[in-house]
Order: sequence, then C-alpha cells, then structure tokens
Amino acid sequence: MVAHAQTIHKQRHPLLAFAARWLFTTNHKEIGTLYLWLSFGLFFIAGSMAMLMRLELFEPGIQFIDPIFYNQVLTLHGLLMVFGVVMPAFVGLANWQIPMMIGAPDMALPRMNNFSFWLLPFAFAMLLSTIFMEGGAPNFGWTFYAPLSTTYGPPSTDFFILGVHLMGISSIMGAINIIVTIINMRAPGMTYMKMPLFVWTWLITAFLLIMVMPVLAGVVTMMLTDRHFGTSFFDAAGGGDPVMFQHIFWFFGHPEVYIMILPGFGIASQIIPTFARKKLFGYRSMVYATISIAVLSFVVWGHHMFTTGMPLFAELLIMYLTMLIAVPTGVKVFNWVATMWRGSMTFETPMLFAIGFVMMFTIGGFSGLMLALVPADFQYHDTYFVVAHFHYVLYPGAIFGTMAAVYYWLPKWCGNMYDERLGKIHFWLATIAVNLTFFPMHFTGLAGMPRRIPDYSLQFADFNRMSSMGAWLLGLTQVLFLYIVIKAIRKGAKATDQVWEGAEGLEWTIPSPAPLHTFQTPPIIAEDAVH
Amino acid sequence: MASTPRYYVPHSSIWPIVGSIALFLTAFGAANFIQQSTEKVAAEGSFGAPILFVGLALLIFMMFGWFGTVIRENLNGMVSPQLDRSFRMGMFWFIVSEVMFFAAFFGTLFYARIISVPWLAGAGNKLETHLLLWPDFAETWPLFITPDGTTTETMGPWGLPFLNTVILVTSSITITFAHWALKKSNRLGLGLWLGLTVALGVTFLTLQVVEYQHAFAELGLSLGSGIYGSTFFMLTGFHGMHVTLGTIMLTVMLLRVIRGHFTPENHFAFEATSWYWHFVDVIWLFLFTFVYWF
Repeated sequence: MVAHAQTIHKQRHPLLAFAARWLFTTNHKEIGTLYLWLSFGLFFIAGSMAMLMRLELFEPGIQFIDPIFYNQVLTLHGLLMVFGVVMPAFVGLANWQIPMMIGAPDMALPRMNNFSFWLLPFAFAMLLSTIFMEGGAPNFGWTFYAPLSTTYGPPSTDFFILGVHLMGISSIMGAINIIVTIINMRAPGMTYMKMPLFVWTWLITAFLLIMVMPVLAGVVTMMLTDRHFGTSFFDAAGGGDPVMFQHIFWFFGHPEVYIMILPGFGIASQIIPTFARKKLFGYRSMVYATISIAVLSFVVWGHHMFTTGMPLFAELLIMYLTMLIAVPTGVKVFNWVATMWRGSMTFETPMLFAIGFVMMFTIGGFSGLMLALVPADFQYHDTYFVVAHFHYVLYPGAIFGTMAAVYYWLPKWCGNMYDERLGKIHFWLATIAVNLTFFPMHFTGLAGMPRRIPDYSLQFADFNRMSSMGAWLLGLTQVLFLYIVIKAIRKGAKATDQVWEGAEGLEWTIPSPAPLHTFQTPPIIAEDAVH
Repeated sequence: MASTPRYYVPHSSIWPIVGSIALFLTAFGAANFIQQSTEKVAAEGSFGAPILFVGLALLIFMMFGWFGTVIRENLNGMVSPQLDRSFRMGMFWFIVSEVMFFAAFFGTLFYARIISVPWLAGAGNKLETHLLLWPDFAETWPLFITPDGTTTETMGPWGLPFLNTVILVTSSITITFAHWALKKSNRLGLGLWLGLTVALGVTFLTLQVVEYQHAFAELGLSLGSGIYGSTFFMLTGFHGMHVTLGTIMLTVMLLRVIRGHFTPENHFAFEATSWYWHFVDVIWLFLFTFVYWF
C-alpha cells in the first residue's frame, strides 16, 4: 500500500500529485493544516450568515429576508460555527501541536487521523446542500428541539441527521486518536505533570468528546425513528416526552460547551507565561481545575432547561452545581492573572489575543453565573442576554483563543513571522467590533428582546443598530486576518527556532518551519524539567 | 511512554478517503432511501437505494483493503509493542463510546419509566396536565395502553429472551476458552471453541428474528406501539446489530485462525474481537434486566 501510494506521487501530473498528497496524507502536520483551512473557510461562510442576520436586524420590521429563511440561516450559522469552525480549529491545533509538544513522531493512529478529517468536508457539504432542498434547510435552531425537528421539521432534516452522524464519527475517531497519542506517545521523561497545559486540556476534551458524541448520535437516531418509523420517544401521545429530547440533547450539549472552550484555556496557559516570561502560576491547580470543570459538566445540563417545568429540587440542585463551576474557572482566571503579575510583559499579537481572551471570556463567565440563578433565568431565558452570554464565551473565548494560537504557532508552522503591525491592528479592530456587537445584547436581552426572531419592537432599535454595525466590522476584520496569514505563509522575516524569547517547550527546540517529520527518535526530557 | 525508539508511521494511504466517500454515499443514500420508503417525499427519482448500496459496498471494500494492509504490516513484523498498545487503547476507547451510545437509549428507557409515563398519569404536580390531556390514561410499565389508546401486549422475559441470555453468556465463556487455547498454541482447541462461539452468535440472532416475528404477529408489538415498543426495539435492535457485527468479526477471526495468523504473543485482533463480544454480552445483561425482566 505504501509503495502504491508513493508511485502515485511520482508519476502523475502535478495537480494529481497535489490531490494525492492531501487526500492520502497520514502526516499530523498536513492533516492539522487541512483542519485549520476547513475551519477558516467555514468561518467565513457561517460568519456571512451572521452578517446577513444582522442586516435583517439593522431595523425593526422585515426588510431583506423572510422569517422562514432567517430561521434557516440562524440554524446553519449555529451548526456550522459549533461543528465546523470551533471544533475543527481546535482539532487542527491539536494535530499540529500535540505530537510536537510531547515529543512524538506523529499521532498514534495516522491513517484514522486522515479518515477523521476527510469525513468533515462531506458532512458539511451535505449540511450546506440542505439550503437548496425542497422545503429549505433545517429551521429549528442548532439545538433542534423536538417537536420542531420531528413533527414539524422540513424533509432536509433527514440529511441533517445523517450529516450529524458523519460529524460524530469524525469527532469520536479524532478524540480516540488524541487521547491515545497523549497516553501512549509521550517521549521518555514526559510525565503527566510535565505535560504542557494545551496537551492536558486536550486530553480532558478528548475524553468529553468520547463520552458525549455517541449520545448526540443516539438522540438524532431517535429523531429519525420518530420522524419515519412511528416511534414515540418525543411524543407524549405515545408515552414519550418532547422535554426528554432536551434532557438528552443537553447531556451532550453542556459537555460540548466545554469541548469548545477547554483547549482555549490550554492555549492561554501556553501563551501568557511566554510573554510574561514567568512560569505558569499554579500549574497543578490548572490541571485539577480542568478536570473539575469536565466532571461538573456532566451534571449541570438542566440549567439550559430551567423553564421547562422541572421539579423544584432538580432546579435548585442544578443551580448550585452550576455555580460551583465558577470555582475552578475562577482558579484559572486567577492563575493567568497571577502569571502576569510582576512579569516582564511584552504585548505581541498572541499575547494581546490571550489577554483579550482572559478578560472577555470572564465577562461571558459572569453572565453565565447570572443565568445559572433559577429565578433570574426565568426572566433571561430565550432573550438576547443568552445570545450575549454564549457569544462572549465563544467569540472572544474560543475564537480569540484560536487566533492567539495561530499567531503564536504560525511562525513555527511556516517559518516566517507574521506582520506584527497588522496583527495588532487586527486585534484592536476585532476587540472593538466584538464588544460593539455583543455588549448591547446584554441590555436588549435584560429589557426582554427575544432571541431567534427576525423582528423586534421599536425601543430596541438603537442597540440593534450598534450590534449590526459591530457585526459587519467584525466580519470584515477577519478578511484582514486571512490576509495576514497568507502574507506570513508567502513571505516575512525568518523565524528563529525558539521564535519567542520566553517560549519554552519541545515544539520550540525544532527548526522553523517544522520539518514534515519531527521527533522520529524521541527527545530526552530532563529529570529536573518543570512546567 | 515510549519504550521503543522507532515508531512505524505509514506514509500515505488511499483507504481513509475511500472510507470517507463510502460513508458519505451511505449517509446520503440512507437519508434519501428512508424518505422515499416512508413516503415523505415522492418516490419518482428513487436514487436513494442504489447510492446506499454503492456506499455500503465501497465501505466493505475499504475494510478489506485497510484491514488487509494492517494485517500484512503485522505479519511483516512492523508492529512495535508501542503501536500494539495504541491499537489496544484505541479499541478500549471505541468500546467506551459504544457504551455511551447505549447509555443514551437506556437513559431514554429510564426517563420514560420514571418520569414521562408517571407524569402523564398525573404524578408529582402534573395532575392538571393529566386531567386536561388524557384523563383516562393510567400508569403501567410495560406501557400497554398509550395515552392516545394504542395497545400492545408485552414480551415476557422467561421464554426466548432467557434462552438468549444463556446463549450469550455461554458464548462469552467459549470465547475465553478459545483465548486460553490460543495462548497455549492449541490450534485445534482454538478453532473449535471459536467456531462454537460463532455458532452461538448465529443462534442468538436466529432466535431474535423468531422473537421479533412473535412480537409483530402475535403481540402486536412494534416500533409504533408507544414508548414501550420504541425503547424495546431501539435497544434490542441496536444490540442485535452489534451482535451481527460481532459475529462477522468472530467469523473473520476464525478464517484468520485457519490461515494461521495468530501466535500466543501476537493476536491483538482476536483480543479486540473478544473484548467487543464481552461488551455486547454485558449490554445484553442490562437489556435483559431492564427491558424484559423488571
């Protein structure tokens, strides 16, 4: 087989050779690149959908798109951002970085790695094709609550269901690969408590993925049988319950939320010590905090459903457990700040994004704490306050985390420094735009503006206008990001091996750009190396 | 932790992309086929079934190619102890994910029994719901009269289901005997015990078909018989699919044994199959307890 694939490389037309390289690759760096570009591409598609929605929301009334299409765009925006942008971006970073950070030659199961990636373009092609189907794309929001998605879902829902199955298979295989790589492929001397935190957070994330993606597969399968084979899982007339859908969905959904942020925590924990030129404060407590957050994530799903009529005891229990998550999260924020305390700080672009991450993720964390309060949630539920909350943890959280990582590791990947001046402009534009977009939503939400509706009452007009202008600026800003990345790949000041003055870790001991194969013989990690 | 300096990294492979295309065709074809066969969409262009068929055929082709490659690498001694550990861990976490897949359906079963059915009958503070929606509905489990009046009879545990429990537990024992024989290089014993395990798997599946026919024809129990039928067929059906897959895996192992592939030291594929078989067995014990018995 190996020989066969190599002959393809050698004899064919350059275009075929190019296709063969990327289609058949088993190299963790190439597959990481594929993941990152897929994520980047879908980021622009899903982002354009957001800008379209903000166009409609620029003024009260219905101007540009009809409400049914608005629902479809809203659904696809959410699904693509969650499954197509944030998750593949983090998996791409894991593919590039984890083997280099633990001194492994590649991922543990390289062929399966390729399989995990190449399922995704097909899955998203299938999901996007639903726009052109009779009855339109799925229109029930990314949470696809029954009965909207069962009794009332359009025919394209079935393609959505099978598409979710493909994404799920991809995620499970990817997670198995990452977990096995981390457990089995560490260089001699790389003990668990010497692992970089990015690796630690991904170990926990991969565990969460393996635990919850099959549950998502289960719930969409029940949707499929409810739609076509007469089962009554989510139908009270047959003894089932539509609310049960929400329970099963959020049993997946809440750990999923942490899947989308834990690697970001890891990234911040790599970058902040580098540019503060200090060891990470409280390494062990960071590890234990990550594990605590992961464990708690399995028992708090009910806080998405406080208004469904759960028994009071369940609501109180879930409220307290949810608020408990603020403790390990607070430990993390404290540790990042303490790492910066009296450090020799410089503010290159990755550091700016990392600090932005810490500050604005914390805003999202606080609004989450407000939403955790049962009586307050009765008021906030399904308002723009919720939209503001989760966009604060996802945009300046997960997305800024990814961008910080790209700026931080890009010189290692392509061997060139990015344009620092443009990078800083990108950061400030993005930061201003992200706050302009999402901060006003706190106010409209508290005042009662419902989410997921293309029209609103007159008193919300000013804040919505601000949000819309912010959203377009934010979208355009990312074109600058694309330009910066391409520019750095094509040319730029040559990066040194260490790249950053304060950078520590195995990935900074190999040349820039990193050769295709690294650590084919494992490096020796010194006995006294500490984190 | 690395104990060997060299780790075999394959350079490139066509099989994953073949697998991706196969799964895509399977999924796309399945969605179409399901829609057409359940008449949600007009069946004029019936392209679902052929695409599904091509996808599944390609999937089988991919498995032959991919596993064949790995087997050849293994026979050529390219599998280091570290890679062997990677395979083992990979299989372990795969089974964990399978457990969680079943956990979703068990969760559904418990939710229906403990929450939704009692609530529909007015338990807790849901009396008004009960009176307004279905005042005549009474709580039972198994639920043989649904709120909208669909009726069914229930499947008793002590006939075929109990026989199937005995068969599956026995097969878990026979595969362990096969494993012991393999470790002692007793090829005859290995072949016999493994063959017996395959036979027990096939018997289990045959009896399950008989049981389903009994359910459909005599008990009026189907996927459409309310939440009892839904959970019953979802759990036993997915379990049956896993037994089918396990039986196919066991058969492949039997063919590989006949070809003399395994040694007492090197037989990961056999062990992985036996783990999978034990997993299927344990799931069945839960099924028997909670779906049939209590």
